Formats: sequence, C-alpha cells, structure tokens
Amino acid sequence: MSDMNYITSYCKIESGKVVLNNEEVFRGGENVAEADFMKSVYKHFKTDYPKFYKMDNLCKLAFIASELLLKTNNITEKYNRDRIAIVISNSASSLDIDTEHQSTISDKDNFFPSPAVFVYTLPNILIGEIAIRNSIKGENSLFIFENFNPEFMENYHNILLNLKTTDACISGYVDFYEHKYKAFLYTVEKTPGVLAIEHTTENLNQLFNK
Amino acid sequence: MKSDTYIAAMNVISPLGFTSEENFGQLKQMKTGVLVHDDPQLYFEPVCAALIDSDRLRSEFKKLNTDISYTRLEQLMILSIESVIKQNPKIDVKSERTLLVISTTKGNIDLLEPANLKKFDKDRKMIWKTADMIATHFKNPNTPLVVSNACISGVLAIILGKRMLDSSQYDSIIVSGVDILTNFVVSGFESFKAVSKEVCKPYDASRDGISLGEGCGTMVLTNDKSLLNDDSVIVVKGGSSSNDANHISGPSRTGDGLLLAISNTLEEAGIPASEIDYISGHGTATLFNDEMESLAMADAHLSDVPLNSLKSYFGHTLGAAGIIESIMAIHSMKENTLIGTYNYKEPGVTKPLNVITKTTSAEIVNCLKTAAGFGGCNAAVLFQKQ
Repeated sequence: MSDMNYITSYCKIESGKVVLNNEEVFRGGENVAEADFMKSVYKHFKTDYPKFYKMDNLCKLAFIASELLLKTNNITEKYNRDRIAIVISNSASSLDIDTEHQSTISDKDNFFPSPAVFVYTLPNILIGEIAIRNSIKGENSLFIFENFNPEFMENYHNILLNLKTTDACISGYVDFYEHKYKAFLYTVEKTPGVLAIEHTTENLNQLFNK
Repeated sequence: MKSDTYIAAMNVISPLGFTSEENFGQLKQMKTGVLVHDDPQLYFEPVCAALIDSDRLRSEFKKLNTDISYTRLEQLMILSIESVIKQNPKIDVKSERTLLVISTTKGNIDLLEPANLKKFDKDRKMIWKTADMIATHFKNPNTPLVVSNACISGVLAIILGKRMLDSSQYDSIIVSGVDILTNFVVSGFESFKAVSKEVCKPYDASRDGISLGEGCGTMVLTNDKSLLNDDSVIVVKGGSSSNDANHISGPSRTGDGLLLAISNTLEEAGIPASEIDYISGHGTATLFNDEMESLAMADAHLSDVPLNSLKSYFGHTLGAAGIIESIMAIHSMKENTLIGTYNYKEPGVTKPLNVITKTTSAEIVNCLKTAAGFGGCNAAVLFQKQ
C-alpha cells in the first residue's frame, strides 16, 4: 500500500541532556530543576521567542525540542506549510498544569483560577505552539498512550503521508509530569534526507530508547 | 482500493436522553438540555449548563451488574458502548479486528479533587488508564487509540476511525467521545469570561458566550456493508484537520484554518460545495468563534447552505461534542429533518449564514460537520446518505 517513509531528523531531550541527530549537543548540570534546565536550553541555543516564558512546562519542552529539530532541516522551506502535519503523543496529557489549575480552585476562600493557566490544560496546545511559531497549518493530532507507541506511529504515518493533503510530518512524544520529562520529536518525509533512517517500529524503538 | 466507511450503530447520552433516538426526539421539539444549576460543587454561583441526571445514570449503570467500581466518566462511556453493541449484535467488540477510538479532553478530571481520588487508584487520573479500563470491560484485545485535541477531538476521532479502517487492519471501529462537567472546567471557562449567563445563542447578534455541557456519544464505523443492520446507509466520505497557526486560545480572524479543513474534506470526498445540503456547525456562541465560522463558510461558498449549531441544546460537551453533534446530524439525514438552532433570533455575523431557526423538512444527501478548538485546531467531516 505504501512506500517507505523516512525519519529525516530528530531531537531528544531527557535527563538533562539534549541529543540532535545522533549527537549530544547540550548537557545541563546535575540536579537542575526541570524548569531551569529548559530555560538553560532555551538560552544556550539563543532562542528569541518571548512567548516561551508564558508557556507551561509541557509546551516549553515541546517548543525547545521543535526549535532545535527544525533548525537541523529545511522542511518548513521545502514544503507548503499547509501540507505539513503535526502528530504528537504523550502519556500524562496536561496533568502537570491541570494540577496547578486545580490548586487555584480547591480552596473556596482562596479561589483564583487564571485564564493564563487554564488555557494550557489541554495537551494539544503544544501542537498549537509549534504551529504558531512556524506557521504550520496541516493536519494535527494529539494522541495519548501509556507509552510511546512506535507500531501505531509507523502505521499512522503510512496512512497520513499517503493522503493528498500531507507531504511531511513533525512527529513524536512529549511528556512532562511529576518531575519526569521526555521529548522525542522527529521529522518524517517521503525521501531519505541526510539521516536516511527508515520510519519503522524497530528504528523508532531504537531512537526512543537509546 | 478504498471501500466506503459506513455507520453501523449510534448512541448519545446527554441530559436529553440515553439513546440517540431519545435525544433527536427532543431536538425535533426544540427542547434544550441547558438549565440553570445552582450547585456549589459545580461553581460558587449559579451556572447555565447541560448536566446528566446522576440518579438516572446510577440506575442505568446498576442494570449492568458489574462488580468493578467505575468513575462517572467511565460509566457514561461503558453505557454508551453497551448500547451500540446491543443495537448491532454483528459488531464483535471482543475481536482483535475491532478497535476502540476514544475522544476526551479531560478524562477523569473529577479525580483531581482529593475526596474523589480516595476511591480509586492514582493511575485513574491518566486518560490511557481510563481507555484501558474501557477496553478491559469489553474484553477488547487492542490498545485503544485516544485522541485529546481540544474541541475537535470528536470530529477528529471519526476521521481517524475512517483512516484506520482504510488501512485494512480492522473490520470495525467503535468511536466514543466523552467529557464530564466539573468545577475544573467551569471555573476555567469562567476565568476566560467565556460563559453566558443564559442558554447560549449560537450565531445570534446578542450572543455572549458558551454554555457548557457533559455527555457521551458513540458511533460504530465499518467498511464491511454486511455488518449493517439498518436500511438507510450513511457513509463517512472524507475528513480533515488543520491549524490556524494564529493563537492558542482565540480563533483565526480570517477563518483560513477552518477553510483549509473544509476544502481538504470536500476534495477527499469528491463533492463540490454546491452539493452540500446541510452543515452542522461548531457554533459555540462566542463572539469570535461564530464570526470566524461565517468567514470560513463564505470563502468555502457555503454561506447559503442551511446550518445549525446544537450547542444551545447540549452545551459544549468538549471531547464528546463532535460525535454527539455528528450523530444528531445523521438522524437529520435519515429523517430528512433539519433542527432549528435553539435561541437563535437575529443574524449577528459579518458574512451572512443560513441559520436554521425551526424544525424543517428537507431532503439531505450530503452533510458537512465542522469543529474548531483551543490550540488553533479545526476539523471537518462529510457524511453522505446513499
């Protein structure tokens, strides 16, 4: 049914480390709080996007991973941005910021819900942030699985990249909850590109876990 | 070769009823499920919302005789899926060729309140865990596909269901969308000053915000025509999603994102705008959303097509909305009956829309359902009667 699709670049952020296309490009200090680590990545790579500071932890993590990822390839130049999809999954949905919103409404005498917090209580906002930053208007889907699901990703990309509407995809997994975080974002195209890694369950498993 | 995707069974649970027929019957009489609720658990002041009667839910769920304790949200989804299986016994929920696609924005959000979480494992706050509970209840062997994409989740789940069928891995897909209304959601939308004091007024000149709601909608999709047990055949012809790439909490000022989703949907379906007979709009009744829709419809050459919003009947049911509203649209198609938009009186958008005001007979072959949501997302799906 489908020709092979390829992982043409990837970015992985976890345990205080940033890996970009097989290469470690940044390492934070030991025992750095997650929020401070993300800020240090933002600053280290001289990112200039003041909206970053308004984002919740989950969106910050997705944002810095997408910034680094899209620097290493030219997909936003190569393709019509209406035809680039964003397909991301996670495990804990937006529970990190949900807990914060809940803390503003639990006490009847200290009731202060804020729209600036509440707006982030949907996991797909992270797709919105990447879309806005890069003017990407294609298909978007946020899936929730207990763990990263490479079988589904392989299968769904075969479907998606065979649609007439989609040429390339920004994909992966971004999760942030209870001080644990992991971002694994990658680009999928129909041609091999520089990395030339086939978009298969096996390769996704290997990149995600190594 | 892609075959058509058929709708093999449907159920809606809302304040208006526990079956899709019961719900549609209420719509035909233009009865709304949105009422003023003065309940401090929900919000510190009275709020207009569509809430499911807890006593009825409890008594309906008791009939299932299960020993496991399920949350309110899980009970809704289990009842809804039980209903579609009963409706169409040809659907084998235990088969590995059947996949559950679940749509929800907040899952068991009531468990963030410590008093509620005491009764359940901590894991139950996780949406994947809810999905797992549902699959286990029905002895379905596959990991459910969970979509959480704000207010387009339901429409997107239907589109994904069709795509998964087209990949030939499954015989049938059970698409179920659910969200419950709690203090969490009400206080959030109130903080945005987005909630109307009255039943919301979609597309109306005096619209001033949304009404919230809760509910569950389930539809079974299949590419195997022999699994249908109904003479009137409704097909999912195409569907697409898009992003405005404009603002995380405000709709596009031009409607270009929704236009893109509509254009891609019509193209996939191979149906020109001139052949659309009815549009089930998103119509949240906020100033900006309804305005944005009018611009997108004008650019899609759909301004003259009869359109309604069901948000003034069901409230905004978030992750369930796209499925509940699609099911009601399918009833409209089957009965050739357009439903008036409750509380709509005067035109109130820049580009005129043909808003349906009362229950009307009309031949409906092609129906477009649209949705838009936070995060700048949009979706459209096209249903056809064959």
